[in-house]
Amino acid sequence: MKYLDEYRDPKTTAELLAQIRRTVTKPWTIMEICGGQTHSFLRHGLDAMLPAPIELVHGPGCPVCVTPLEQIDRAAAIAARPEVIFTSFGDMLRVPGSEQDLFAVRAKGGDVRVVYSPLDALAIAGANPDKQVVFFAIGFETTAPPNAMAVLQARERGLKNFSMLVSHVRVPPAIEAILSAPSNRVQAFLAAGHVCTVMGYWEYEPLAAKFRTPIVVTGFEPVDLLRGLLAAVRQLESGRPEVENAYARLVSREGNRPAQDAIGRAFLECDRAWRGIGVIPASGWKLRDALAEFDAEKRFDVGRIAPKESPLCIAGEVLQGVKKPPECPAFGKQCTPQCPLGAPMVSAEGACAAYFRYRT
Amino acid sequence: MCLGIPGKILDTHEDGSLRMGRIDYGGVVKEACLAYVPDAKPGDYVLVHADFALNVLSPDEAEETLKLFRELDQTT
Ligand code: SF4
Repeated sequence: MKYLDEYRDPKTTAELLAQIRRTVTKPWTIMEICGGQTHSFLRHGLDAMLPAPIELVHGPGCPVCVTPLEQIDRAAAIAARPEVIFTSFGDMLRVPGSEQDLFAVRAKGGDVRVVYSPLDALAIAGANPDKQVVFFAIGFETTAPPNAMAVLQARERGLKNFSMLVSHVRVPPAIEAILSAPSNRVQAFLAAGHVCTVMGYWEYEPLAAKFRTPIVVTGFEPVDLLRGLLAAVRQLESGRPEVENAYARLVSREGNRPAQDAIGRAFLECDRAWRGIGVIPASGWKLRDALAEFDAEKRFDVGRIAPKESPLCIAGEVLQGVKKPPECPAFGKQCTPQCPLGAPMVSAEGACAAYFRYRT
Repeated sequence: MCLGIPGKILDTHEDGSLRMGRIDYGGVVKEACLAYVPDAKPGDYVLVHADFALNVLSPDEAEETLKLFRELDQTT
């Protein structure tokens, strides 16, 4: 397809690799934030083709992975209620909770349905007026505009049987947390192109300046990824840390204003716990008070949740780029995609799943 | 989950207060919400995520990038 094939061209990929090889003189550690990019690097074998001085580490940009365990347990408790139709993006169904995942809830008779868009959940609510339809609204800035529109539409349509379990996260506070950690090794970031499609990249400029760290807005195809890497390496080699846009066909500095407006009308910034990592200040969005009637946490009292994480899983270290999945003692043994102990082994964006799929 | 897919708008219509469009993803056609790309018109390429178009692809920027690649090919 036009605007896709060109960015998968093997000849251009090889040329870009050669350029990176010629540019690099020192070892550099570069993190791609987005789990979709992690999978793309590994699927195309690009990480293995990079010159040895460049180490790629994988970031926390896997929404399924960072959704707090408490919220997974709450989802399972709500989904088990007889009056509820629980709707979610497919990946969430296999994320292990303390006791069970959403698939197990479904196996026991819970009405749990996979949707591709929150608009599907609205349609289900419209078609089932005698049921309570709950949508699991998770994700980064990319998923926030669809989810914001769903709740704004629910209000406009006066839907009384629709609510959302919200666990939204934002990238810039996560970058700040990674760079502030004493153990940090990351010297440059590839910022997630599709997040920036929505938000633009002005939010990254103070971060690049404060931490003197290059941040390159990067796309997802092989040519895009290498172009982003080349830009990051050039900046590192010349000691010129700034925000650079290597995905200009879809990203502008301001981002998408109508989408940002809708996010602002639906959500409010809040502190948010990231699974395995802990609370990061101002790193999430929650529903605004004016939309409290659509908040599933307020609508359903599920009692006290006491989350219990697997003692074997080192997802927190994996998500912060401190360790790689094969360094986890459970990787490929007690933990596989068929029987995951932690969320990064589940998701199409999880680093553990990527290594299992492309490296074992 | 954050993976958007580019597709071409075939036509547009209204559904209640939402502007919708039929999008062609290289042969597979599916509906998407166009509320966030108010100026997008049939023939434009958009990036779609969770059945929402998040932005219109800029043909000028895409051409510019491809031109850079062609120059790269010649210099190496
Ligand atoms: S391999 Fe499994 S147990 Fe280990 S960090 Fe990844 S998800 Fe957790």
